[in-house]
Amino acid sequence: MQYMLLIYGSGDSWETLTPEQQQEIGAAYFAFTEELQSAGKMVAGDALQPITTATSVRVRDGETLTTDGPFAETKEVLGGYYLIDVDTIDEALDWAAKIPGAKHGTIEVRPVVTDYETVS
Amino acid sequence: MQDAFVRAAERWPRDGVPDNPGAWIVATARNRAIDRIRRERTLVRKTELLARAAELPEDEEATIPDERLELIFACCHPALAPEAQVALTLSLVGGLTTPEIARAFLVPEPTLAQRLVRAKRKIRDAGIPLRVPAEHLMPDRLRLVLATIYLVFNAGYGPPVRRELCGEAIRLAAVLASLMPDEPEAHGLHALLLLQDARRDARVSPAGELVLLADQDRNLWDASGIEQGRRALERGLALRIPGPYQLQAAIASLHYEEPADWAQIALLYGRLAELTPTPVIELNRAVAVAMADGPEPGLEIVDGLTGLERYHLWHSTRADLLHRLGRDGEAAAAYSRALELAPSETERTFLQSRLSTVGS
Repeated sequence: MQYMLLIYGSGDSWETLTPEQQQEIGAAYFAFTEELQSAGKMVAGDALQPITTATSVRVRDGETLTTDGPFAETKEVLGGYYLIDVDTIDEALDWAAKIPGAKHGTIEVRPVVTDYETVS
Repeated sequence: MQDAFVRAAERWPRDGVPDNPGAWIVATARNRAIDRIRRERTLVRKTELLARAAELPEDEEATIPDERLELIFACCHPALAPEAQVALTLSLVGGLTTPEIARAFLVPEPTLAQRLVRAKRKIRDAGIPLRVPAEHLMPDRLRLVLATIYLVFNAGYGPPVRRELCGEAIRLAAVLASLMPDEPEAHGLHALLLLQDARRDARVSPAGELVLLADQDRNLWDASGIEQGRRALERGLALRIPGPYQLQAAIASLHYEEPADWAQIALLYGRLAELTPTPVIELNRAVAVAMADGPEPGLEIVDGLTGLERYHLWHSTRADLLHRLGRDGEAAAAYSRALELAPSETERTFLQSRLSTVGS
């Protein structure tokens, strides 16, 4: 089964870190990604640019509204994701707990729909 | 094939049209088919298992022990909300009907039915496995299973008492202990429930009033329940790894002795507080200390506790100890506060009668 591991954290923390701390976190993510890849479980994974770069788009009555900023103001913002392929949620939760961001933020684990006829 | 088109429509705007769309669609369709076959296989297996577990007559339960255990762990998976864990366990492992569970937890039937449907859907769609958890997950997961069964028991222990729930919890604990004979806490929980339940007829009067342990009619204690509980406890203790349920069971067992060894009970509460440091356990230890060494050292512990200001038993325990020290004015004030916070009519009636003995 495929699971999306969505990494949420406080959006402003990255810029407040020292270069050494940034490097440390970068290295931790690099190591995690390597472990996930060599276990053959990784489908995809990316980091997102900070929330300040977000743009929201809505179409209402045929009109496209484009606004600066995220869709909703929340304390925790989406900072990146991993898409993994594992057998059960237990395995997915184990990987989620190993993501460096789990120590500060929250990892939301979402199963990916693989059969569109049984979507609940 | 239609699936593949859906997928192509999703991906191409993002990834761009592949060099050979025809081949891509065929490849995707094949992957999807494999996915679906895999999925359906496990789904069929799970559905069969769930159906079979639900239809089992009681005396055949023992014939498929491993699958029942898998089912218990699936029902108590941490990815499910605690109230869903309880409802699922009662429904799929206990075999209770939806109206029965709804009645027991005073939840409207449609609410409970929906809770069950959602939980089963999550088991299916989130990939919650029907298996005994891996070893590194076992301690946490077993704790959840034990807590769920204990929750069922407590919901029935009342007041008001709902005996069918207590009976069901004991049955679940017995199944768990027989399936995991090497887990001391599974025996500990089984023992604790049996020992607490053995007082069921003595702890509430015919008028529905709560009767204190010291005032209970010993003839109403269930001797064979106590005996069974003690045997279950011995099975746990023989494994030589103490845990909170075994300690509580040992305390419950000591309460049945005449005269009760309060020093020993206080000691066990102290040990329990080391394992699970909570003010409620300290409160119980204070009661035992008061019985063993007098009200003064007991009251000292009670007054040192914080975080129980809204817990009626903290106030009533204080009141009781103050009364024994002859400080009836303070005792009356504490009983009044307990009365305001008491959650049930039975307890209010009890506290009211205590209040009148200290003269308000």
